[in-house]
Amino acid sequence: MSKILKVQHLHKTYRSGEHDLTVLNDVSFEVDSGETFAIVGPSGSGKTTLLGLCAGLDITDQGDIWLCDQHLASLDEDGRARLRNQKVGFVFQDFQLLPTLTALENVIVPLELRGIKKASEQGKELLAKVGLEDRSGHYPSQLSGGEQQRVALARAFANKPAVLFADEPTGNLDDETGAKIEKLLFELNKEQGTALVIVTHDLELAQKTDKSIRLRSGKIEESIS
Amino acid sequence: MGERQKKGTDILWLFKMAWRDGKASYGKLLLFIFSIILGVAAVVSVHSFSGLLKENIALQSKALLGADFVIESDKPVNERVMGIMDSLGGADAKEINFLSMGAFPGNEGTKLMEVRGVDGDFPFYGGLEAEPPTAINDFRQNGALVDATTMLQFNLKVGDSIKLGAVTLPIAGGLKTVPGSNSVFGAIAPPVLIPFTYIDATGLVQTGSRIDYKYYFKADEGQDMEVLNNELDPILDDEDADIDTHVSEARRMGRRYENFGKFLNLVGFISLLLGCVGIASGMSIYIRMKLKSIAVLKCLGATKYQSYLIFFVQIACMGVIGGLLGSLTGFFIQRLFPVLLGDLLPIDVGISLSFQDVVLGLALGVTMSVLFALYPLIKTLYVSPLQTLRVVEERVPRSSWTTLAVGTGIVLFVLGFSFWLLGDFERSLYFVIGLSVVFLILTGVAKFFMGLLKRFFPYSWSFTARQGLRNLFRPQNQTLILVLSIGIGTFLISTLYFTKDMLLQKASIEDSANSANMILMDIQNGQADAVSNTITSSGLPVIDLIPIVTMRVERLKGRHVDDIQKDTTSQVSRWILNHEFRVTYRDSLINSERIIKGEWPPSKDYEGVAISVSEDFANRAKVNLGDQVTFNVQGRIMPANVVSVRAVDWSRLQPNFSVVFANGVLEKAPQFKVMTTRTGDDVSSAQLQQKLVKAFPNVSILDLNRMLTLLEDILGKISWVINFMAFFSIFVGVAVLMGAIYSSKHQRVKQGALLRTMGAKGTQILNIISIEYAILGFLGAFMGVVLAVLANFLLAWALFDMTFTPSAIPFIVIMPLIILLVFLLGVGNSLGIVRNSPLIVLRKEKE
Repeated sequence: MSKILKVQHLHKTYRSGEHDLTVLNDVSFEVDSGETFAIVGPSGSGKTTLLGLCAGLDITDQGDIWLCDQHLASLDEDGRARLRNQKVGFVFQDFQLLPTLTALENVIVPLELRGIKKASEQGKELLAKVGLEDRSGHYPSQLSGGEQQRVALARAFANKPAVLFADEPTGNLDDETGAKIEKLLFELNKEQGTALVIVTHDLELAQKTDKSIRLRSGKIEESIS
Repeated sequence: MGERQKKGTDILWLFKMAWRDGKASYGKLLLFIFSIILGVAAVVSVHSFSGLLKENIALQSKALLGADFVIESDKPVNERVMGIMDSLGGADAKEINFLSMGAFPGNEGTKLMEVRGVDGDFPFYGGLEAEPPTAINDFRQNGALVDATTMLQFNLKVGDSIKLGAVTLPIAGGLKTVPGSNSVFGAIAPPVLIPFTYIDATGLVQTGSRIDYKYYFKADEGQDMEVLNNELDPILDDEDADIDTHVSEARRMGRRYENFGKFLNLVGFISLLLGCVGIASGMSIYIRMKLKSIAVLKCLGATKYQSYLIFFVQIACMGVIGGLLGSLTGFFIQRLFPVLLGDLLPIDVGISLSFQDVVLGLALGVTMSVLFALYPLIKTLYVSPLQTLRVVEERVPRSSWTTLAVGTGIVLFVLGFSFWLLGDFERSLYFVIGLSVVFLILTGVAKFFMGLLKRFFPYSWSFTARQGLRNLFRPQNQTLILVLSIGIGTFLISTLYFTKDMLLQKASIEDSANSANMILMDIQNGQADAVSNTITSSGLPVIDLIPIVTMRVERLKGRHVDDIQKDTTSQVSRWILNHEFRVTYRDSLINSERIIKGEWPPSKDYEGVAISVSEDFANRAKVNLGDQVTFNVQGRIMPANVVSVRAVDWSRLQPNFSVVFANGVLEKAPQFKVMTTRTGDDVSSAQLQQKLVKAFPNVSILDLNRMLTLLEDILGKISWVINFMAFFSIFVGVAVLMGAIYSSKHQRVKQGALLRTMGAKGTQILNIISIEYAILGFLGAFMGVVLAVLANFLLAWALFDMTFTPSAIPFIVIMPLIILLVFLLGVGNSLGIVRNSPLIVLRKEKE
């Protein structure tokens, strides 16, 4: 199996007032393609920072990240953006739908960014897949939390990404809706062979993944395969 | 090919995204577009109207002059000029005109009139209109065409008589329009047309009378007026005559309206700038709201330029829409100008919308909106996609060079556009500096006020007062933008009000017993005592008896005027060399004069002929203290020395002089007199005029009260237009204000809803908002009026040379009205927060 994500000796420090705050300290792990991977840990352990770095949303201080065989440090901001557009999908805790775009428009943004012509048709199919075909013209504010997350899922899988980063995907949802989203997430992972990297507090969710790491104070406390 | 296709898709996608985002935020964007529409409409309407006026003057130039060209002189033309005119085929028509009192024997009425004795087929072109129409031919035999308004005023009918000097003529009809007479001057001395042959018989052509001799010509087909003018002008100048072609007349008349047009253009431009400030601040709030979306877009793979360009395209489209609708609105507004200006316009102006106007509006709309939105837009480039994961808002850095570049771009554009409007770099620079100073002061005051509030915050005050005050300096406050827009709008309106007030104050006649309100001109030497007796026997005082001697400049500093005329490098004004000066002699100064160099009267032991010249004369003649000016006093050469230079306030309605001789020199020279008196009311004024016209038909009477009323009327009309444009700034200010309120509404709504959730009553929230807007309205309006007072102090000192006493009107009328407007708009816009439940408000806001 090829490595879709390779993280080696990662360090990240933020400036907090007068002091430097080490958020990640010598973190290394690998994710194979099609694999599901969970990053767990208490609040402030560096999970979200690690996710942001892996997805190329931020740059490392030390250490290396290879995403889909691309060394992230060698890419500029726009290069990383292009890589995200082609290979990466995102699901956020607070959905992060564009509030001024309808559900369908939100889903097709990544497709349009790639210059795909029949984006609308693909978008409708994706919405149908998450059970929202009749809500395509609705704005995010007109959808429930679960519906918004389903739109976000449809958007995340629009580009058939090699890897999907999910930041607490069920964190803002009730149990029932959360379970539905979870199911959808794993189904799409299976269908499209997309690797899943999930940041979560939910140990039950973490146990469903192929591999996981537990972070504490920026260090890997435990790796579970 | 693939890359090219991708780029094509990119551009389309950018437009698509701009449209998608725009349609969901149309409420906010509409207000920005509204600001652009009003600003562009203000500029386009004035600019287009000025252009049309100029064009129409050029098109109707022949009708304005009544001929292709005219040769004129203020004395009977000599042999040489006659020879020139003969070589041109001889004049096709001629005219003698002068001012004189007209009397209406039927009803004892009298009026100063412009007597025009014409022969031939004058005018060859355009409007000689009379009622009845046949009168335009009837009067040429034995009659007079009297200004139609005067006929109405004195209840005159066709067949009544008018007495001009020694001649009494039947009135053939009412004169509606005639080339060469304009409505402004016509209101002081309305025209009366009589046959040329009656001029001598009137006996009014006497010493000192200002008489114009005009010879009208029809040009040969294809004759070039410019060439003719260039050839004849220098020759005629030497003979104290002048040529005016219909082309030069159009140019001269165009210039007269040009300055007013330029001024109005600037007022319009300020409206546009104000709209742009609104766009900048509104966009700043708008972009701040979009940062999260931009971070998401970047997460999804949009490059920083793609996310930047989405909003750039949105702004540019707003500029296009605003520009187009602004041009259209401008077209409708310019239709109002002829109504507002009324008879101040020399011609009928056909209003049309030209392609250039649309291009101007479009270019202005796009350039200004993009330029002013650039600074907030730059933020989008620096948004990190990491913001999608972080709850805390990141501070978006901007490099100082981009800020500098955008700032420089704005200043250069404003300077460039001002230069395009004014055609004078120095004035454009002053305009930009002045405007920047106003902007800086208002910005400084707003920031200082916020700092002051933070530092000395009244913690002991009530909850609502504290919250209201906090709103003024909390993050995303509107203090700066509202103080700027309200301040500039108020500043404009107040400045215009004060200036108009100052102009009227300057022209007004002092209300004291020794200030004249009637001037009697052209009194012959032998008539002075009799005229004086007529005045005193009516129980009125003779305030001044001013002797007047006519003369021309013969030599300047020893150099003959002919030599100076031939010298192409000479900077001496032609007016000095050709003008027939009316000078007086006295050993004192009058209240419109002050010495700026030398002394007056000259010291008793001064030997030689001493003169005092006006500053204007000294500048134009390039003479200074001690220089010799030689005059030709009706044939007698008289060298004189400049011993003083006076500043003369020409705007005072009283006789003022460029040259004053010391006593003891001109007493025996042929002269006439000007006498001044002060009449009590209209009745005594009319009675005196009747007596004087009966006894002394050659004496012309200027009623200064009448002139002042006329001046007020003219200023009133002009200020209507100016106020109209200034109110445009206020409209733009209101649009900006609403934009700012609307843009920051989500913040206010959230705050209000949260306060309500925590138990605050609706009235408390309303009080908080009321306090905020009342203070903002007061700060903006007060600063606007204060800046207007300062600006007018400067104008009074530098331009009008007078003491400025601010009128209370802007403080007690304009300022409270603007505060009320801001208050009502602000509070009215926020009523929804208190009317509905917090949950509904928050949900609605989210939608």
